[in-house]
Amino acid sequence: MSSIILALIIGAAFGAVLDRVGATNPNWIGKMLALKHLHLMKTILLAIGTGAVLMFGGQMLGLVDVGHMSVKAAYVGVFIGGLLLGAGWAASGYCPGTGVCAAASGRKDALFFIAGGLLGAAAYMATYPAWKASGMLDDIAGGKVTLGTVPGSGFDGIWAMSGDILGIVLGLVFIAIAFALPERLSGEGRLSDVPAE
Amino acid sequence: MPLNWKIGGVLLGFVFFLAVLLVKPIGVSTQFVILDGIVADAVSSDFITQTEEGWTSTNAYMAKSDGKYAKNAANPLNYSFVFVLAMMLGAFLSAKARGGVGRDERTMPALWRANFGENQWKRYAMAFLGGFVVLYGARLAGGCTSGHMMSGMMQTSLSGYIFALGAFAAAVPVALMMYKKEA
Repeated sequence: MSSIILALIIGAAFGAVLDRVGATNPNWIGKMLALKHLHLMKTILLAIGTGAVLMFGGQMLGLVDVGHMSVKAAYVGVFIGGLLLGAGWAASGYCPGTGVCAAASGRKDALFFIAGGLLGAAAYMATYPAWKASGMLDDIAGGKVTLGTVPGSGFDGIWAMSGDILGIVLGLVFIAIAFALPERLSGEGRLSDVPAE
Repeated sequence: MPLNWKIGGVLLGFVFFLAVLLVKPIGVSTQFVILDGIVADAVSSDFITQTEEGWTSTNAYMAKSDGKYAKNAANPLNYSFVFVLAMMLGAFLSAKARGGVGRDERTMPALWRANFGENQWKRYAMAFLGGFVVLYGARLAGGCTSGHMMSGMMQTSLSGYIFALGAFAAAVPVALMMYKKEA
């Protein structure tokens, strides 16, 4: 039961924050991916960096249970799936999480995204055996691996160096990139430069 | 107007951290499979079945990893599924509190309108097609923007980096081609 309460609290917080940072707004997604307006990209990079520093820092101090880490396997299909997701993300302006949140915020086109998503997931369920047989779901580079070796995580590291320290360093790199990135890369000087929405 | 990226980024990062601290990393796209499973089992009751060891399904994907997905579809009141429902509630309340999404925006985003015109069915068709490709891709990859890109790169997992590389390699050219005009 307590896990359901946590799901409600963390889930609601996640949905609310996605809404407030503009991630549920396809205008912001489209302009970010077209490199016209990188405000949301800065938000995302800062979020990854903040999360990494807090998590690895907490693990080093013994405040965060390393056992809560969950690393997904690396295989060729991850890259192909990433390409597909990226194309659809740009075309629709939604990804799975922001799509459901956008629909909840009142966007009707997001309902069509969800319907398409349910059908796409079903299509994958139906074609899964073919992917499995193709070998493209087989582990590469060790499968469920982290870049450094995180003590006690149970996951192998590509490099033997401390995964905690590397995690914090990479987190700081993400934060630095977030600060260094300009708000715009292209389309400078247009009238509509001001804010989106 | 969205939050300043410094505040928004720290808040978003804190939520991802909170999830790992208290439960496990955030992920969303699996729940599309779970909802499909719930629907399929409602239509044809032998889609998911209970065995002596646990749960299984006539669908190989639902049955994989010892019926993990089949079990969750049979018991929708589990952490990950409720999490997505709660996300919707959070986004709904947040949007309401800031005055809601404007009427024109509800049909289609201004960026779409500026590039492709007023026809809402064109937008709905692209949203549907996009949703299909996004979820097919997410399931093939084993995660989406939340699970692979955010949670994955935060944990320094190799797969998160591979995924992000693929996602942006496709997303940026597609967006550059589609959104020549700004709203």
